[in-house]
Amino acid sequence: MTRSPLKLLRRSSPSLSQASLSQAQQAYLAKELRSRRQTLFLQRMLFLLLLALWELGVLCGVIDGFIFSSPSRVLLCFASMAGNGSVFLHTGVTLFETLLSFLITTLLSLMLAVLLWSSPRIAQVLEPYLVLLNSLPKSALAPLLIVWLGASLKAVVVSAVSVALFSSVMALYTSFVSTDPELIRLIRSLGGGRKEILLKILLPSSVSVIISTMKVSIGLCLVGVIIGEFLAADSGLGYLIIYGQQTFFMDQVVTSIAILCLISSLFYRGISLLERKTARRGGSR
Amino acid sequence: MTPLLEVRDVSFSYHTMEGETKALSHISFSAENGQFIALVGPSGCGKSTLLNLLSGLTEPESGTVLLNGRPISRSAARIGYMFQRDCLLEWRSILSNAALGLEIQGRLTEETESELKAMLETYGLGGFSHSRPSELSGGMRQRAALIRTLALKPDLLLLDEPFSALDYQTRLAVCDDICSILRQNRKNAVLVTHDLSEAISAADRILILSSRPGRLKAEIPLYFSGETSPIRRRNMPEFSSYFNLVWKEMNEDDTLSS
Repeated sequence: MTRSPLKLLRRSSPSLSQASLSQAQQAYLAKELRSRRQTLFLQRMLFLLLLALWELGVLCGVIDGFIFSSPSRVLLCFASMAGNGSVFLHTGVTLFETLLSFLITTLLSLMLAVLLWSSPRIAQVLEPYLVLLNSLPKSALAPLLIVWLGASLKAVVVSAVSVALFSSVMALYTSFVSTDPELIRLIRSLGGGRKEILLKILLPSSVSVIISTMKVSIGLCLVGVIIGEFLAADSGLGYLIIYGQQTFFMDQVVTSIAILCLISSLFYRGISLLERKTARRGGSR
Repeated sequence: MTPLLEVRDVSFSYHTMEGETKALSHISFSAENGQFIALVGPSGCGKSTLLNLLSGLTEPESGTVLLNGRPISRSAARIGYMFQRDCLLEWRSILSNAALGLEIQGRLTEETESELKAMLETYGLGGFSHSRPSELSGGMRQRAALIRTLALKPDLLLLDEPFSALDYQTRLAVCDDICSILRQNRKNAVLVTHDLSEAISAADRILILSSRPGRLKAEIPLYFSGETSPIRRRNMPEFSSYFNLVWKEMNEDDTLSS
């Protein structure tokens, strides 16, 4: 769904183009391709323009580089942090914590959603609690978790999981219970029980929901990790940001934010890749 | 000899917080081996409910359903069910869709799989066994669904308006097609439909249900001269007289009884 239209066009055109295409179709394709290239070009220009304005603003003294930092300061800061290796350490810590909590969230939420689906009674009893936990701002729990678990990796991961877990469980459970009842009747008429319904219908028909839930939850995990690192860590990008802010070292804050931007877009791309793969496979058995 | 299917004084109601809806009331009938029965009645008369009871997916509130003389839940007889929609799973190929029942019952062996392939071949789906359901036409999809059901070698086949999702032309062709397949295999079948002409063209016997709560209103055995296919039946003189008869029975004294 999110695949770049440009790539889509490129992928599909070789098989179609050449011989069989009418002139009107060729003209249409060329026009589409041109318009998409222009969009991409404008997107990149906008980015460069914003960077240039920022840099110029600092150079001309319109904004204070000490407080607002600037692209060149960020580059310098990155270079010096790369020199002593600290930037890789902190980025690595954040990446590891995020991936770990994402893994836990995904597995745990699948298991919980299956449990809720398999027992309507448990689902009914737990519903108000789930709604409450889902709407509670989980960042409020983080200080509590840190006291309970100590300022450690454990606390960071648990707070990240708590941020992402409940919405993920709700999304999966909703998808499970809204499965076409006719398909469930089919499995029953063929002599299957709950296990077969789960394996042959529920999971395969929920592949796209599972992946879109993963897309949301990896973002939420990153949020949770940063909150955790703000409060209780001696490494990680969240720690760098809060430490930079306390020491008024804004270049470090902005550099860390820039790295975070990169990480989150990388995660998003990773899941999109997975999405495309399963879509192409048609979710075959 | 015990009849294949015997329904004795079956009643069923749906319960919600708002109240009770009587769907079926005191239904009794039986079917001999090799018979094709059609159930017709106004919409909402409980036809599909009756079919669900016959399949054993739902238990009757009172009365019994016997298959080969034993209650369905304990009967060794196999029941095949075809739904209004073909319910083919898009994430499986046609072959693997057709194998679903065998797979679930743990009967998918090399032998049954080659039987399945032969069936796909016989019914004109041989070249499509690796296609996705969405690549097939409505009629072909319904045929694939039939193969999925027949692969389990059911003793009794339940058809819940299996052609109603198709457009009229396809519907005639697919009905003809599938009914011929069932006759060749001498399958016992119960067809639920609201289409009178479909019922008359396909069945050996028609059961007419009244409007809700569904009671058995009339039973009409059909005799057509010679082996006939549904489409040929539609052109025979008996067809229109049966149509008038069924039509009259369906609409008669509905005001009196309700």
